[in-house]
Amino acid sequence: MLLFILRRILIAIPTLILVSMFVFALQKLLPGDPILVMAGEDRDPEVIALLREKYRMNDPIMMQYLYWAGGVLRGDLGVSLRTNEPVLSLIASKLPVTIQLAVMSMLFALFIGIPAGILSAVRKGTWVDWLANLVALSGLSIPNFWLGLMLILLVSVNLGWLPASGYESPFVDLKKSLTTMIMPAFVLGTALAATLMRHTRSAMLGVLQADYVRTARAKGLRGRVVVMKHAFRNAVLPVVTLTALLFGELLAGAVLTEQIFTIPGFGKLIVDAVFNRDYAVVQGVVLCTAVGFIVMNLIADVLYMLLNPRLRTAQ
Amino acid sequence: MSALTDPQPRATSRIWGKLSRNKSALVGATVVIVFIALALLAPVLPIADPTGTDWGAIRKPPSVAAWMGTDELGRDVLARMIWGARASLLAGVVSVLIAVAIGVPFGLIAGYFGGWTDSIISRVTEALLAMPFLIMAIALAAFLGPSLTNAMIAIGLSAVPIFIRLTRGQVLSVKTEDYVEGARAIGLGHVPIMTRYILPNVFPPILVQATLTIATAIIAEAALSFLGLGQQPPAPSWGSMLNTAKNFLSQAPWMAIWPGAGIFLVVMGFNLLGDGLRDALDPREH
Repeated sequence: MLLFILRRILIAIPTLILVSMFVFALQKLLPGDPILVMAGEDRDPEVIALLREKYRMNDPIMMQYLYWAGGVLRGDLGVSLRTNEPVLSLIASKLPVTIQLAVMSMLFALFIGIPAGILSAVRKGTWVDWLANLVALSGLSIPNFWLGLMLILLVSVNLGWLPASGYESPFVDLKKSLTTMIMPAFVLGTALAATLMRHTRSAMLGVLQADYVRTARAKGLRGRVVVMKHAFRNAVLPVVTLTALLFGELLAGAVLTEQIFTIPGFGKLIVDAVFNRDYAVVQGVVLCTAVGFIVMNLIADVLYMLLNPRLRTAQ
Repeated sequence: MSALTDPQPRATSRIWGKLSRNKSALVGATVVIVFIALALLAPVLPIADPTGTDWGAIRKPPSVAAWMGTDELGRDVLARMIWGARASLLAGVVSVLIAVAIGVPFGLIAGYFGGWTDSIISRVTEALLAMPFLIMAIALAAFLGPSLTNAMIAIGLSAVPIFIRLTRGQVLSVKTEDYVEGARAIGLGHVPIMTRYILPNVFPPILVQATLTIATAIIAEAALSFLGLGQQPPAPSWGSMLNTAKNFLSQAPWMAIWPGAGIFLVVMGFNLLGDGLRDALDPREH
């Protein structure tokens, strides 16, 4: 098992190196010279020369990359051009907010998507299946920022039930935190619920035709026991992997949801950085999301291994 | 040769038959066709000027004069919706064409040649896939500068790895088929084998993926325009209309309802069509 995890980590290393190269290359896509931007209005040649030296812009590009990557490995993602704060601490301060949003969204997605998927597979071809599929397809087609706006209009503006924006840490005021986050979490969770529903359905449909399910039914076991104990346990594997992988999607989806509900998280950080031309922050956020995605991938693989007895014994 | 090409028309008509019997695919196709027709006919339709402001008709609710109401500058929302469909559909189609034009050749090369070529292309693809689609598109759009063209390039480039991976996988399963071996045996070069024998056979799943990716790309363009990184004012796009609408949500909700409904419908149309195509092209369901 340990060997398997080690091997997976080793495989992830080249991917990480390539990701870092792409993120570094993003900076080179910039039209114009970033040093000229930093030098300000005066563009004093001495200042420019000094800045070039400081940021090693005179070095060959490979050396520039190595220098940058070395900094990243030491946790130095540069400083925000706007606030002068280290990018890493900026990200670290925003990440918990987005993680709370992501976890709450995932709970929504799991509680809606999995039961709907099971029900739709068990009742294949009936109106329940048809309805579940229609709702799932709508969930996939609806832009979450629009759904957010519509919910604000209905729930906050017209009914006045929930606040339209804002954020409170759960450690300060749990109730307020949950009431401000419930709507954004639902908005972000809908598309994931749809994806989970479709995968659960197709995994269940595959398993429900298996011999051991037929045997379980033939033994006279109750329908619910067959579905939950025999079929779902086997169908859940790909769903677990998918859930881990969807966390990456959640981070991306959070960008717009946080924008709509003005939640001061990771997603809002990248949008603000984009508009302030704070490229170090943009690079930092892209790098962190990619690393997060690779780690979730790793976790998904390990979970798959742990949950699948066939693979476990093969090891 | 003729033995290889003969089944083609029958397969096409069978697929077409299956597709035309699939009700939801037909609904999807109809929705898509209606929106494409509206977008193409925008210049000749009897609608108001999408950028024409009218200070006497600011934020008027839907009425006989303006079916979908007017916006914060008194512009006709219906006209902006129809012209906005152009931006959305164009962005969806062009960005997917970019992704296909880059992704498919790389996927073909990786799958066909295997070995080191495959390893390098696959590792790069994995790394690109690790960066979430929308974040990648936002970052690229930010670095390239805000405009519809750059948004299309950003979305297209972000979708490239999806097509590399898909094509590579398909090529791997096709390249050991007898007809490819046969083509190699008669001395054909790599390029003719790839383009004449492999590409047509890996094309169906690419078509399905392209249809579904158009849906994703339309949402991505709307998202970028919503953030101010896509279509720039005063030219209309559904995403930028929503961006403005969010400031007038309680006073003029119609400004937000229609563009979102437009995105929803057209994306649903492409999703239904893509799902239908997948079912029709799936050999297991024959």
